[in-house]
Amino acid sequence: MSVISELSHIHVEHPQSDEDRRAQRKAAGRDNKAGYLFLLPWLVGLFVITIGPLLASLYLSFTDYSLIEAPQWIGVHNYTRMLGDERLHQALKVTFIYVFVSVPLQLALALAIAVLLNQGMRGLSFYRSVFYLPSMLGASVAIAVLWRQMFGTDGLINQVLRLFGVDAHTGWISDPRYALSTLILLHIWQFGSPMVIFLAGLRQIPAMYYEAAAVDGAPRWRRFTKITLPLLSPIIFFNLVLQIIGAFQSFTQAFIVSNGTGAPSDSTLFYTLYLYQRGFGQFEMGYAAAMAWLLVVIIAAFTAINFYASKYWVFYDD
Amino acid sequence: MTDLTARTELEPPPGVATRDTTTVGPRDAGRFRGSSVVKHLLLIAGALTMIYPLVWLLVSSFRPTDVIFRTPGLWLNDIYVKNYTEGWNALANPFGHYLVNSALVVIGAIAGNLLSCSLAAYAFARLKFRLRTLWFSIMLLSIMLPFHVVVVPQYILFNKLGWVDTFIPLILPKFLATDAFFVFLMVQFIRGIPRELDEAARIDGCNHWQIFSRMMIPLMIPALATTAIFTFIWTWSDFFTPLIYLTSPESYTVPVALRSFLDATSGSNWGAMFAMSVVSLIPIFLAFLFGQRFLVRGIATTGGK
Repeated sequence: MSVISELSHIHVEHPQSDEDRRAQRKAAGRDNKAGYLFLLPWLVGLFVITIGPLLASLYLSFTDYSLIEAPQWIGVHNYTRMLGDERLHQALKVTFIYVFVSVPLQLALALAIAVLLNQGMRGLSFYRSVFYLPSMLGASVAIAVLWRQMFGTDGLINQVLRLFGVDAHTGWISDPRYALSTLILLHIWQFGSPMVIFLAGLRQIPAMYYEAAAVDGAPRWRRFTKITLPLLSPIIFFNLVLQIIGAFQSFTQAFIVSNGTGAPSDSTLFYTLYLYQRGFGQFEMGYAAAMAWLLVVIIAAFTAINFYASKYWVFYDD
Repeated sequence: MTDLTARTELEPPPGVATRDTTTVGPRDAGRFRGSSVVKHLLLIAGALTMIYPLVWLLVSSFRPTDVIFRTPGLWLNDIYVKNYTEGWNALANPFGHYLVNSALVVIGAIAGNLLSCSLAAYAFARLKFRLRTLWFSIMLLSIMLPFHVVVVPQYILFNKLGWVDTFIPLILPKFLATDAFFVFLMVQFIRGIPRELDEAARIDGCNHWQIFSRMMIPLMIPALATTAIFTFIWTWSDFFTPLIYLTSPESYTVPVALRSFLDATSGSNWGAMFAMSVVSLIPIFLAFLFGQRFLVRGIATTGGK
């Protein structure tokens, strides 16, 4: 109740003249109390749920902590230990391959379909729904279960291949050579949400640009590279940044497909999966915290690189 | 990083769709009837490939396990309901128990996000207060912060408070607007509402709380709907948080229950697994079906995930 009574202190008189109105604007300009009251839940969350734990995990990353005894300060030992941790190196390798293969492929497909759909296609909303649906369902355990069956030795994929006369007995998920590819495919399958963003962006490009180019006889491919790509580049960039950040944190699918182990031969050992194993499997909270901070640094570095590189290819139409 | 915040503060971020749909893309299709047919065939082939595994999952959930592994087709000769009865009762509790748990968490999460994110968004979009730009930048940065870096201390905190194995760690953060993505979405939306409306309400003597609760909330319904539906879908599918916090089978939500089912049968009873997978997907599918309009608009407004 006190929040409401505080907020109701701010009264505004009816303005009489320009001068009064200006004075009133000035008074309205000081919303400090109301501003912070409205922001209160978010501020509490920021400090208690985000910044506090962020700093705590930085501290824990310099300790040995198993939840039972108090944290023991061990300096940079967790970080030096990472240098020799081969499973960590494997996890980094798996995650990098996953991010740098699946994100560009997914965005390229999303862009291609969006451009196709944007050409005044009939049934746009039908296609959009069908392509969008997998990205809504894809994060669920149920889809990971389905994937496990589909790419098993006698799963759906091999059955379909056998229909076409291929004597397929590859266990796509049990073979370390292919296991990661199935997860990359699962990521690409969810291209619907970047596609929807691209479609919204494409609708903002004024038709007259294309009309002018058509009058000048510019071929289609040139219209795409000279009009669509530059004008869409801020949105491509936005999708790229968010998808890379998201892909680095993938967890559920690898967990379900590999039973939480990262098998076979750690070929699906995503970084977050290994972090989970260390933190919540072996309760090495200090090491897990150090790993989490390494992830933050990696993500921040790639985001920074992205922003730096964007100066050379992202076109802002001001 | 600072570059990002500066840019986003000064100008609408990329991906912002104005509510203007008068500019439509090139309409080449009419001039190339033949290629239009090819395009449709391509799109239909693509759509069928995309959707085929889902339809196959649904159809297979009505087949005995041995038939599932022999039949890539979608034709159903007999409806084998035993998968559903078996799957429903395969775990310590009937599957309905986990559905109820998930529903409770989802309701709490939606209520929390709607309330806390709209309050914060109103402050960021409409109120002038000290350090607003700083807080706004921090809010944007927090969208990019990987959840894993705070999860260890959060777990320790909730553990100390004795909240592990309750729904509190899953719901409480939502009441504190930790899903900053939705704050951003709502800020973008409020910026599209004419300021004259606020000023008129102020002249009529409304304070900020009244403007917010009586005027903004009704005007924000599309953004609130988007938030509610995304929260529904993401919370319903969330696996990591319940995996960490929910330790006893009594408190499992649907994804963790599905996973323990997978463990319990060590992947042998696929028919029942498929049946419960379908059950777990139905609520998301319905939310998608009825909320798609808001999802498409919401994702176009902010960029979305």
